[in-house]
Amino acid sequence: MSTNTPGTTSTREATIVVDDKVPAVRIIREFDAPPEKVFRAHTDPELFAQWCGPRSLTTRIDEWDCRTGGSWRYASIEGGEEYAFFGSFHEVRPSEVIVQTFTYVGMPDAVALERLELEDLGNGRTRLVSMSLVDSFEGRDAFVASGMEVGVQEGYQKLDELLATGI
Amino acid sequence: MVEQAAVDPLSRVFSALADPTRRDIVARLSDGDATVTELARPYDVSIQAVSKHLKVLEDAGLVSRRRDAQRRPVHLEAEVFDLMTKWIERYRRQAEERYRRLDAVLQSMPDDIEPLPPSTPHHMKGPTP
Repeated sequence: MSTNTPGTTSTREATIVVDDKVPAVRIIREFDAPPEKVFRAHTDPELFAQWCGPRSLTTRIDEWDCRTGGSWRYASIEGGEEYAFFGSFHEVRPSEVIVQTFTYVGMPDAVALERLELEDLGNGRTRLVSMSLVDSFEGRDAFVASGMEVGVQEGYQKLDELLATGI
Repeated sequence: MVEQAAVDPLSRVFSALADPTRRDIVARLSDGDATVTELARPYDVSIQAVSKHLKVLEDAGLVSRRRDAQRRPVHLEAEVFDLMTKWIERYRRQAEERYRRLDAVLQSMPDDIEPLPPSTPHHMKGPTP
């Protein structure tokens, strides 16, 4: 999708690539586990709920049919607040690829297209590349600003204000 | 590239920093102000090409050029840049934290596990019909 490369940065820690050609963000990360396990942790709702949200959030899986043409829906609950997300699984290829859509119920017109690719590095290791493509650069930047979870945060406004002062 | 005028200021900053030459210029300017000639020196490109890159950085609010001085040194607006970096870094850290939780889940899983769970659709609390 993009010719951007993360350069020589170590991928043991998550690397972020913000594309300039299309409104996409990629995350690259390596795991000390074979692709089957990393894949299962993304496709098994009980396992997925254990890691997808911060510890301060509870993840409640409402719907989960992880196969091509299936759908998913879950809610992140923090205190009394509940943020729900839903989407479809468009392609599920065991241990290799998941293509899915991602929508926050609060912004139903905004749909992100997500592609997860796993590469077997041998010796029980896996490289994960997660790409999120949204429909506008504004949407992508809000996506990065919000950490994908909870709408626009104060940092976004602060930067907007700073930039609006016409430097 | 997208029409700059149609794009919000934040997207201009992201877009400006997505180019490797411009990132390089920004890194160079973090050491101190420099003229266009000085900035062009390490690259195999014309001063005009560097000026074009500077124009993008300037439009994004990342650098400024002093109008009064004859040498017109280019100055990095570090505050914008720091904020951007912090912002992307925060996003990166959130991803890293998420994947550390995934590390722990992976360790707790048996080695001979199938890549997919049993294929029954999962409805824990489906919407009431």
